[in-house]
Amino acid sequence: MASKLVRHSHLRALSSSISINNHIHSPHFSNPNRAPLSFSYRLFSNASSSSSSTGGFQRSSSLKDLELAKFASIAETWWDSEGPFKPLHVMNPTRLAFIRSTLCRHFRKDPNSARPFEGLKIVDVGCGGGILSEPLARMGATVTGVDAVEKNIKIARIHADLDPVASTIEYCCTTAEKLVEEDRKFDAVIALELPKGTHEWSSFLTPEELVLILQRANITVREMAGFVYNPLTGRWSLSDDISVNFIAFGTKNCQ
Amino acid sequence: MFSTFLSLLSPDSLSLSHTTTSHFSPTMNGVIARKLYVNVSRLKVRHKPFCTDAATRVSGSNCGQPSPEHKETHDLSNNIQHYDIAIVGGGMVGMALACSLASMPLTKHLNVAIIDSNPALGSRPYFNKEDPPDPRVSTVTPATISFFKDVGAWQYVEQHRHAYFDKMQVWDYTGLGYTRYNAQDINKEVLGCVVENKVLHGSLLSCIENTDFQKTIYPSKLSSMTLPPSPSSLGMDSTSSRPPLSSQRHLAKLELSDGNSLYTKLVVGADGGKSCVRELAGFKTTGWNYSQNAIICTVEHTVENGCAWQRFLPAGPIALLPMGDNFSNIVWTMNPKESTNRKLMNEDEFVKDVNNALDYGYGPHPTSSLFGSGEMFSWPRAGVTLSANDCFEVPPKVVKLASERMVFPLSLRHASDYVSKHVVLIGDAAHTVHPLAGQGVNMGFGDAFALSRVIAEGIAVGSDIGEVTVLKKYEAERKPANIMMMGILDGFQKAYSVDFGPLNILRAAALHGAHFISPLKRSIISYASGEQKLPLFT
Repeated sequence: MASKLVRHSHLRALSSSISINNHIHSPHFSNPNRAPLSFSYRLFSNASSSSSSTGGFQRSSSLKDLELAKFASIAETWWDSEGPFKPLHVMNPTRLAFIRSTLCRHFRKDPNSARPFEGLKIVDVGCGGGILSEPLARMGATVTGVDAVEKNIKIARIHADLDPVASTIEYCCTTAEKLVEEDRKFDAVIALELPKGTHEWSSFLTPEELVLILQRANITVREMAGFVYNPLTGRWSLSDDISVNFIAFGTKNCQ
Repeated sequence: MFSTFLSLLSPDSLSLSHTTTSHFSPTMNGVIARKLYVNVSRLKVRHKPFCTDAATRVSGSNCGQPSPEHKETHDLSNNIQHYDIAIVGGGMVGMALACSLASMPLTKHLNVAIIDSNPALGSRPYFNKEDPPDPRVSTVTPATISFFKDVGAWQYVEQHRHAYFDKMQVWDYTGLGYTRYNAQDINKEVLGCVVENKVLHGSLLSCIENTDFQKTIYPSKLSSMTLPPSPSSLGMDSTSSRPPLSSQRHLAKLELSDGNSLYTKLVVGADGGKSCVRELAGFKTTGWNYSQNAIICTVEHTVENGCAWQRFLPAGPIALLPMGDNFSNIVWTMNPKESTNRKLMNEDEFVKDVNNALDYGYGPHPTSSLFGSGEMFSWPRAGVTLSANDCFEVPPKVVKLASERMVFPLSLRHASDYVSKHVVLIGDAAHTVHPLAGQGVNMGFGDAFALSRVIAEGIAVGSDIGEVTVLKKYEAERKPANIMMMGILDGFQKAYSVDFGPLNILRAAALHGAHFISPLKRSIISYASGEQKLPLFT
């Protein structure tokens, strides 16, 4: 499975105006880059306006009930750790370990805290069913999950509603470019989308290419780690070998 | 080849720990719990039909009796307490888990409920120093001692009666062989420590009292458990006027025999060999009863006993363990009829019987020269263990019985799975073993500390702690080690229940070999003391 973890087109759009905070996060929240956001998901035309991301469903028509049931069952399959998306679920904790380690270091957060991302605004680009967004929310972050595919957002919302902590996640069916247009600001951007089922080797990035692309977008790559799969244990782990799968952490250069 | 190490040490009154929790009346309420929540939903609200097969609502047969109105109630969740973890069973292993969670930064903020009707959990002081030694003791391995030290509980054990030992002798009635083990063989100071169960338990309670860990004790028994329905059942019921409240859909609901209910992300079954959680969650078990009972009691000597002794008799082993202050603990395994006789016979007769069993009864003392002063094994001369030169010794004579005699049936039982969504088993709830190697509660402590670590690792990456993928890591770590240990213990029990000439000689030779072949012996001691997870020669 030689899939790369970052889609470079997304990244270019994002990096041009979403600021990745690269100075010390102040506990007093006086960071000028994070002006209060006057967003509401009505701005995003693709978002389904009838459902909310928190609380119960107030449905009166049975048609909506059926639709809900259908998506709930799709959500269950997507989220089934032994189901068709098993490889994603198996890989997830390893990615989160890398994210936790780099963000704690960068924002000088206590790595022993159960909620180290408290106070951080994070956007999960290409969130799918929310497999990264939910753990990030549990780690204390204020999370916005975006995905261009409406079905994914529906799945994500249904699953997130099961847990009061996850139900605070803001899911939007939109694209990174739209977020840029809205001038949304975040402390961190996570763009770890896997190309869906394609095996077009030419579109895969090498680590070197990614570094160059990010440099052009004014982002310096600070850390990179390889993902290695051990078929005997069935587990992924982080390593120095970035030849097959890798994950990168970068910060935006000061202007 | 591994069967010989089994001659390591016995008693751990593992199957005894559950007795402290199972016989208390469920009417205790009010004074002990920090907060008592009465289930406000005694109103008869229509039960949601979507729960039919998706949500399993189970009432256990050997669990506390639920009062009839609870079968119909629906939760108006606002008044029911929510917890991160509910530990069912506040015995040694359940409290070890709680202590471990309290001691780690990632888990010390968890909100935990402990369900156990034992009044000891709410009363201080947890034990009295003047009490005579209780016959319910456990032999803790150095690995367990180190876990206790990590969580800060061992200091309390050392303030009460406890007995480290560094020597062990194992032999049988045939007089054909014996083995002596010494901690110095593996460059350690102790082979283990014998501690009364109430001291272990009390130490864990004291330890947790000294933290600000948020725990709520429910002095009650579990009567039913409702596990969350699958999400695909949402919205199926279009006749309902009230939508199901979303926040309860991913939680397990526990109903207690005193009427309280609670929600939790994770249910831990630490409730002993007859686990209610295991039954309610539908875990299958395999196992069998040994046609043996164990008699346990405390005895007194005129001198201090510094060694752990175990002699295999035709009907089962007798073990004599040092407890400190001239006291020793006896665990004597025998067939049920004999155990009834021995429990009832007068004290003097019993003491004579014990001395007989430990000394000249049933057969002669072994001599060190079975195969000609160990010549057969003399080739690996270099690096021979210290204890290989030790001569056979007779255990110290018992002069007095110092406690009542208790009898327990012995069995082996193992749950086929330790985890399912929102539920995990630890300790005797997952596995019960023969006490002949003193491993039972040590396996349980190993489970508790492994589970707490797995939970901490899950929290570190933002997982939902009730998720099976997280819990399965605990199972993957503990099940193989536990099964291996159980297989060996069981194999050994079977090997020693046969009194047959050629087999006797083979066994004796194995014992003898274990005495002299150093790498084998070191590995055996290391495994039994908990240092190595599996008995591999590395």
